[in-house]
Amino acid sequence: MEILCFGLSHHTAALDQRERFSIPDGEIGAAAAKLARLAGVGEAVIVSTCNRVEYYVGAEDLSRGFSAIAEFIESRSGAVDKSAFFSHDRANSVRHLFRVVCGLDSMVLGETEILGQVKKAYRTAHENGATSRNLNKLFQRAFNVAKEVRSKTNITRGSVSVGSVAVDLAEKIFGKLSHCRVMILGAGETSEMTAGALQARGVRGIFVANRSHERAIALAEKMGGRAIHFDSWAGEFHDVDILIGSTAAPHHVITREQIAPLMKARRDRPLFCIDLAVPRDIDPAVNDLDGVYLYDIDSLQAEADRSMAIRRQDLVVCDGMIERHVVEFQNWLEGAWRAAIHYSTAASGGIDPNPLVK
Amino acid sequence: MERLLLVLATVCFLFGFAYSMYALGARVYRPSRLNLFAILTGFTFQSAFLVLRGHELRRCPLTSLFEVLIFLCWSMVIFYRLIGSAYRLSLLGAFTSPLVFVIQGVALLLPYHPPTLGRPPANPWLEMHAALSVVAYGAFALACVAGAMYLVQERQLKTHHIHSVFYRLPPIHDLAAANRRLIYAGFAFFTVGLFCGYMRGAAHDPLLRHAAVAIWFLYGSVLAASFWRRISPRRFALFSVAAFGAMLLTLWGIQFIPRPGL
Repeated sequence: MEILCFGLSHHTAALDQRERFSIPDGEIGAAAAKLARLAGVGEAVIVSTCNRVEYYVGAEDLSRGFSAIAEFIESRSGAVDKSAFFSHDRANSVRHLFRVVCGLDSMVLGETEILGQVKKAYRTAHENGATSRNLNKLFQRAFNVAKEVRSKTNITRGSVSVGSVAVDLAEKIFGKLSHCRVMILGAGETSEMTAGALQARGVRGIFVANRSHERAIALAEKMGGRAIHFDSWAGEFHDVDILIGSTAAPHHVITREQIAPLMKARRDRPLFCIDLAVPRDIDPAVNDLDGVYLYDIDSLQAEADRSMAIRRQDLVVCDGMIERHVVEFQNWLEGAWRAAIHYSTAASGGIDPNPLVK
Repeated sequence: MERLLLVLATVCFLFGFAYSMYALGARVYRPSRLNLFAILTGFTFQSAFLVLRGHELRRCPLTSLFEVLIFLCWSMVIFYRLIGSAYRLSLLGAFTSPLVFVIQGVALLLPYHPPTLGRPPANPWLEMHAALSVVAYGAFALACVAGAMYLVQERQLKTHHIHSVFYRLPPIHDLAAANRRLIYAGFAFFTVGLFCGYMRGAAHDPLLRHAAVAIWFLYGSVLAASFWRRISPRRFALFSVAAFGAMLLTLWGIQFIPRPGL
């Protein structure tokens, strides 16, 4: 039995090609089952995400396996442009899967969403009867590898986008965000995205203040928050834990002199200020106040870059861990294959075609 | 047997300390059951030591500096379990282990005094005074640890120089709350302990009495300032570190001051 992998990803194919060959979630199980029934193929798992469409197949031999996959893809999506596809066989396909589930092959190094997507793809294939002993073992091993790599290295450490850095920092200041309220000054796209990320982590309420009150109302409605008049933001300030500034004002909208007296009324609650505006909305001197933590777009980006650098440093360590598991899996596969030949030879009562089995 | 229990307890805390340092150095620190297990095992040995010692002395084992240090470590571990669990401050264990290891190591280096009977009968007020005061010191010690963690995290957040350990530190808001509650708890124990001290009826060492009252006023005034929001969490954390250091220095240095009749 051979294990092989064929597919396309963001490394090899542009978005339009990935779109063309992608398989909707609802069809993945049936497609894997259909592929597994093709001549020469015994097992199949199909992983289809926005960044990759990959076919993992257990086949009797490599050439029959690859031609079965190509035939399957052509019957489904038309002619295959081979330059957009990659193929891996034996240990390379095992290594590729392990790197994929660990997020080492992802567009954002170390992202963890892919593990859930591969788990779902495997579960769907398994439920549709498309997997058997070899792919079951391979995918279970892959999930264990991902767990080990994530827990023993820094490959998922920190956040690598401005929005997620802001959310992480908010959690490091307040713990659970379910008690926090956010105020957005300036209804821009970046502030909306950042507030959305905070909302996804459970913030309790959102206030929106904008020079144009209509825009504030529109954004507040969209986010399930409350619009306030721009000139009256200070009146709501005592209730706010996270302040996002993203106005187009050419000067500081919030100064130390404005914040200092308001902080006294906050009864020890810290204030996290996220300044996404250029020029900056919040006077940097605000950061000198006790309990106020100010991050501007550059400091958030620097933190994201630092996290990415930490992840990159651990790439070699991750690959080393993966390599050990690849060798172990290949040994298991070889042993299983020899045992299968041995038992089939013994059952038929014939002469053993492979003396090494004994 | 007693000393063996203590050595085993110290080894457990050493293990917790070494593991935490390794994990933090390798930037892979995660709240670990191994560290918790080491601390709990050390605590079990400590408790067994104190029970045996208490049985032999027929009183609370606080008759020498050696015993006081062990009792202090024991109370610190109790507060770690109470406060650490409540605030999910698992990393507090990483900072508690080294402190307990060092204090207990110092205790082991002190001349060993086997328990001696034939002391005057135990005075219950004195027993309570000593035990509650040491428990209060345990809470103050742990508040010092929480305060130090707060200051480290606060500095990283303010300067934007975030070390990877930062992501393993508890939220700064939780640390501030834990710090405040530990000082509240320590102050309550210390107050009752002080009251028991006055009720003991025997002659006091006036210098020690004045030092104890000064410590009580120091913690009491800062708690009052915190209660009426006159002091920021950062200053409160600074205070909890500085006050514990000052208290240790005072109690240590006081014995070198010559006093007539003592």
